[in-house]
Amino acid sequence: MKAPWTPQTPGELADAVRSATRVVPAGGGTKPRLGAVDPAVQRVSLSGLSGLVEYDPGEFTFTALAGTPVRDIVAALAERGQCLPFDPPWLAGGSTLGGLVAGGVAGPGRFRFGGIRDFILGVRFVDGAGRLLRLGGKVVKNAAGFDLPKFFTGSAGRFGILAEATFKVFPRPASTLTLRIPAEGPAAAAGILMGLAATAWEPDALEVPSDGRGVVVRLAGPGPALETIAGKILGRWPGEILGAPAAAEFWTNLREFGWADAGAALARVAILPTRMEALAGALRTVPGARCHVGAGGHVAFVALATPDAIGTLDVRLGALGLSGMLLRGSGPLWLGVRNRPAIAASVKRALDPEGRFPGLDD
Amino acid sequence: MTDPIRRLAALLPAERLLLRPEQLAAYESDALTAYRASPLAVAIPETTDEVVSLVRWCRGERVPFVARGSGTSLSGGSLPVAGGLVIALNRLNRILRLDPALRIAVVEPGVVNLAVTQAAAPHGLHYAPDPSSQSICTIGGNVAFNSGGAHCLKYGMTANHVLGLKAVLATGEIVEWGGAGREFVGPDWCGLFTGNEGLFGIALEITLQLLPRAECFHTVLAGYRTLEQAGDAVSAIVASGLLPGAIEIMDALALEAATAAVHAEYPPGCEAVLIVELEGTREAVACERVALDAIVAASGPVEARPARDAEERLAIWKGRKSAFSAVGRLSPDFIVQDGVVPRRRLGEALRRIGELARAAGLRCANVFHAGDGNLHPLILYNGREAGALERAEELAGKILKLCVAMGGSITGEHGVGVEKREFLPDMFGPDEIACLERIRAAFDPLGIANPGKMFPAGGAPALQHHGLHPLERTGGISRE
Repeated sequence: MKAPWTPQTPGELADAVRSATRVVPAGGGTKPRLGAVDPAVQRVSLSGLSGLVEYDPGEFTFTALAGTPVRDIVAALAERGQCLPFDPPWLAGGSTLGGLVAGGVAGPGRFRFGGIRDFILGVRFVDGAGRLLRLGGKVVKNAAGFDLPKFFTGSAGRFGILAEATFKVFPRPASTLTLRIPAEGPAAAAGILMGLAATAWEPDALEVPSDGRGVVVRLAGPGPALETIAGKILGRWPGEILGAPAAAEFWTNLREFGWADAGAALARVAILPTRMEALAGALRTVPGARCHVGAGGHVAFVALATPDAIGTLDVRLGALGLSGMLLRGSGPLWLGVRNRPAIAASVKRALDPEGRFPGLDD
Repeated sequence: MTDPIRRLAALLPAERLLLRPEQLAAYESDALTAYRASPLAVAIPETTDEVVSLVRWCRGERVPFVARGSGTSLSGGSLPVAGGLVIALNRLNRILRLDPALRIAVVEPGVVNLAVTQAAAPHGLHYAPDPSSQSICTIGGNVAFNSGGAHCLKYGMTANHVLGLKAVLATGEIVEWGGAGREFVGPDWCGLFTGNEGLFGIALEITLQLLPRAECFHTVLAGYRTLEQAGDAVSAIVASGLLPGAIEIMDALALEAATAAVHAEYPPGCEAVLIVELEGTREAVACERVALDAIVAASGPVEARPARDAEERLAIWKGRKSAFSAVGRLSPDFIVQDGVVPRRRLGEALRRIGELARAAGLRCANVFHAGDGNLHPLILYNGREAGALERAEELAGKILKLCVAMGGSITGEHGVGVEKREFLPDMFGPDEIACLERIRAAFDPLGIANPGKMFPAGGAPALQHHGLHPLERTGGISRE
């Protein structure tokens, strides 16, 4: 593999793209499959493009360079009592802002107020012709031009390399409270997820961990209110309130994907609560598969101990009509149903006419 | 009948294809009433298959098309293309599926915004985006223009609530993106399509996320001697860590108009009124209202009035939502703008808008979404007075440029359309506009989908927004 280039400014990033015939960005390496393409392709590390460019807490917005570790951003926001409410993962793991957007992986808090696509406001990016472009805006509300910032969410770096991104932020909730509700099997867990999501109790996160012990609920808001709401929830679905240390450990472990072996392949699958039982059934036939269902039953993370199980997972997801993306491990980037209308190739050509970035299926 | 028209006529029953000038007149403009263009024909499909065949006819015959819902666009988004086809989607107004367990509604593009919330209400759910025209505007139009409303800071705009789309592109290709789930895999195609201003194609089926209706509200109306004080109160609320569902401000001229129109009563002698609303669980609102009331009390209001019951809350919102059409009654003609500025510069923006208005010899009322910096200056003028329109246009342009210079946007929620297309280069450089053009060409290589909108065009007609829309006069719609 060629030694990576490390541009130090957005302008140098654009120069780097123009200087290479084929190029792929590298961030913190928490989702290595995104950049696992032909070794002959020139790597461009975003590590030199790091730091907050603008942060004004009164505006509820920040702009940071794409190579900025997300944990640095989260820490800067926390100092001013703010947060990215979708709980970006792999903070300790070293994920970067650009990788967060390209991978499109949000955490548990995505349930209440939305995910990366709902908080991204603007991007500065280099297209396949090496042009440095700025689209979207820096204010919390903007309807001018096509929404490229949203489009880049989950685009795996196939349409452009981010140099910088602007996000909306929210105030950090005054406190949180974590409950565990036991559930026998995925159908029962799904029933709890949908039942709780339909209440006016405003759960902040609803997760079904891979340990099979039921549903974990997070409430967020003013402390005294949470105690009362927790009482109402437990009145309907019996369970327990986790102590603060146990709760903190649970959410940190989840954020870092501590439940999945570091060496295991990891896939993200879009699902529905109503498909949880079918997915669990299918995964019983995939050797060594472990599954965490997050964001209220709308996303599943599947860890696979053996590399050859990826092919089986691909087939099983296809049979279920589900789509996934491989984040770690060697196998196809896209799993299961691949929805690929002709327009995808047309937009790829519009943004990357010479095919400098990896192809849609690389 | 020419051959192309004969082929068009074969696609629909005669009563759903309007060709005679007197039939077409009603479709010549939208809520940006000064612009008029006469279409070749108006087609009124009743099924998505008919929409697809109409788009494919347009492609085959190289005829431009404009999709239209209720025609409430304030940026001229549904203005016909002269000699083009208008595809009126109002009869595609079925809610195809409402699933309370998954909290989604799948709707056709002609479904009215408020109808979604009405259908969801029995299940304790609602559809969050609430443009002021929500009782008449359609979801198809909301998707095309990424419509906003009073709750965008907390809940986002239309794009944040579109989970899935089936659409026919200008190429004739039918695409399906996303679905019932909150999460998706791959690029955010629904996000890219939402806000395309009709330049990509026509949405045929839209999957919307529904949210549980808040259990409790706490709404406060506070009057201030000066606009700056009201702006400072907004900053204090934002800095406190509260996340209100809505933060709105009305200035003195808007208050005067609302008082006359709906007999709203506001604290006397105020240059600005602030409306703040908390929403959430009963328990959370009970805690947070104490904090909010203290912040408001400390911000030096002439008077602060919390709504004591649902009726008082509705009265506060009635005054706010009627403000625009009420201001319109003060003057024979007006221009409405939609710029955004960073929130901390709201006071400065309003002061400079006031100075610009005085220099132009025009009155300008302000009603705006203070929480997200989205201004709606309303420039009053008398079109019969020589040169007044030109002065108003010039002022409107200066205000937009001011918003961009302050780091904001030319449009928060109305879209660029035909109205602000000459200002797109103030927002984006030539390389960015070329990039947007290339994306547009990917979706529409022939340039037949709503041409003349969003992108600057030489020799554009001057902006001439005259008075109230007929539907506003009758109270059918109002503006934000």
